[in-house]
Amino acid sequence: MLAWAVIRPRGWPEAVAAVPAAALVIATGAVSPHAALAEAKRLAPVIGFLAAILVLAQLCDDEGLFRACGTWMARRSAGRPRRLLAQVFATASAITAVLSLDATVVLLTPVVYSTSAQLGARPKPHVYACTHLANSASLLLPVSNLTNLLAFAASGLAFPRFAALMALPWLAAIATEYLVLPRFFAADLDAGAPDAPAARPAGAPVFVLVTVAATLAGFVAASAVGVNPAWAALAGAAVLAARALAQRRTTAIAIGRSAAVSFLVFVLALGVVVQAVVAGGLGRALAPLVPSGTSLAALLATAALGAVLANLVNNLPAVLVLLPLAAPAGPGAVLAVLVGVNIGPNLTYTGSLATLLWRRVLHERGSGPSLGEFTRLGLLTVPAGIVVAVLALWASLHVIGG
Amino acid sequence: MTDEPVPPTTASASPVPAAPAAGNRTVIVWVAEGTWRGCVDAARALAPAGAAIVLLHVSPEEVPGAAHGAYAGLLGRGHPERDPGPRLAELAAASAGELLAAAAQRLGRPCTRAERRGRVEREVVAAAAEADLLILARDGDRSRLGPKSLGRADRFVVDHAPCPVLLVWPDDAPGTDTIPPPPPRPPNHRPHRR
Repeated sequence: MLAWAVIRPRGWPEAVAAVPAAALVIATGAVSPHAALAEAKRLAPVIGFLAAILVLAQLCDDEGLFRACGTWMARRSAGRPRRLLAQVFATASAITAVLSLDATVVLLTPVVYSTSAQLGARPKPHVYACTHLANSASLLLPVSNLTNLLAFAASGLAFPRFAALMALPWLAAIATEYLVLPRFFAADLDAGAPDAPAARPAGAPVFVLVTVAATLAGFVAASAVGVNPAWAALAGAAVLAARALAQRRTTAIAIGRSAAVSFLVFVLALGVVVQAVVAGGLGRALAPLVPSGTSLAALLATAALGAVLANLVNNLPAVLVLLPLAAPAGPGAVLAVLVGVNIGPNLTYTGSLATLLWRRVLHERGSGPSLGEFTRLGLLTVPAGIVVAVLALWASLHVIGG
Repeated sequence: MTDEPVPPTTASASPVPAAPAAGNRTVIVWVAEGTWRGCVDAARALAPAGAAIVLLHVSPEEVPGAAHGAYAGLLGRGHPERDPGPRLAELAAASAGELLAAAAQRLGRPCTRAERRGRVEREVVAAAAEADLLILARDGDRSRLGPKSLGRADRFVVDHAPCPVLLVWPDDAPGTDTIPPPPPRPPNHRPHRR
């Protein structure tokens, strides 16, 4: 059934497959309606949070935030591809952390491509940096990745504490990528970037930046007074939406579409299906593999297990399966799962072997892109990144306390 | 019956075409981001008058591929129209067209433009199958003479090119004084010198 959820026949939204699967597991009694309802109640705030962040990112794009990032990167790095790569690292890490990995993959990557083409630089290192950082730089905040939001709900950590514990692992994962990528793509970066950037107005979208900063402050403030930080995300999205609607630069329908309702429904259905799979024996089978405790060895093993599962199926089902098993060992173990499931997908093109194989079989005929280079880069960054990030997490747990 | 390796004489059994007149020679200029100006300048200076000059650009398929893969890895997003892969392929085609137009202008001679998409090194070799000369630029540090002068794609093309290859500097070559001094002899050589 997990494989079923991974397939996307004929380009239909995944929810089309996942909702009947969820209905089926409830109908066959694999999950009781009561348990399914409890799961839905548990997931609802997470899904609301996710929707608010998706809308916020889309509105930031509408307001020109990503175009402004492109102009900024072009101006600061003219003629120097290595400098451009550093700017891409800074931008992609910040965008991923604050507006989630979806924003980096969907909205930032095309801007980075255009910027690099405009400077006459070879685009490959910069595009690969975006796709890698969308995963490995998604450790910092609960909003950076849907896996984080799910773990955040399960860990019981407050928003600022989550960020404080994950700050060092986030930096460690980015540093690992930054050590590897410039060397891996040395020939492309040495080719230079001889073209002058086009003169563009340099205006920064101040309103958007202030709103996003206020939203971040809102996350911390909401946690301090015991309110779900999702409300801060909703407020930030509402401010940008109201302004864009008042200035007639977007429509309510476009905003509704950016909330990706079918995706939200899919996550809900996936939660129910995974519950059935875990109850149906996978939980018992995996339980002995999940180490108890938060010693360095246990954290490393937990992260490795997360990375393996993320590469076999996908990190979303992987985190749903592992969270209930890791949560009893405390927040440290939950965060170690995140290190594994967030960095791990860089190892396989399309995030999992299952997705890759099914897409190959069902959709794409002919030769796909060469996987050799992608996989070699993944082998250089993923195991090292996970080890370094877990070390950083272990240190953070000792300094700050789990 | 086992397959036996074809002896080299068989390979050349087909009639060798007479050397074409200079007017029929084909010179392929590999236009790659960052280094193409040197190749175009070399073609302008060195290609025989009347030679057919082909400006070749290859967009690496793995760049839109990586963006598509990253999106495909986001489980449940649906919305194929949000997939950045096709968007990057469009941007790549536009940027290749602009690059070739700039190269044609710099060349200032009649030429044809060829745009390909795929694995860069293999596409360049395939495009050079019928060529009389392939011009490409070296990679690596521009500030000194020395290794590594060939990246992975250049290395493959030089190794597999079916025609003569002209390897040029992307811009002015640095002086020979930039070659580092030879490494000192290893210590175990000293006894022999006595």
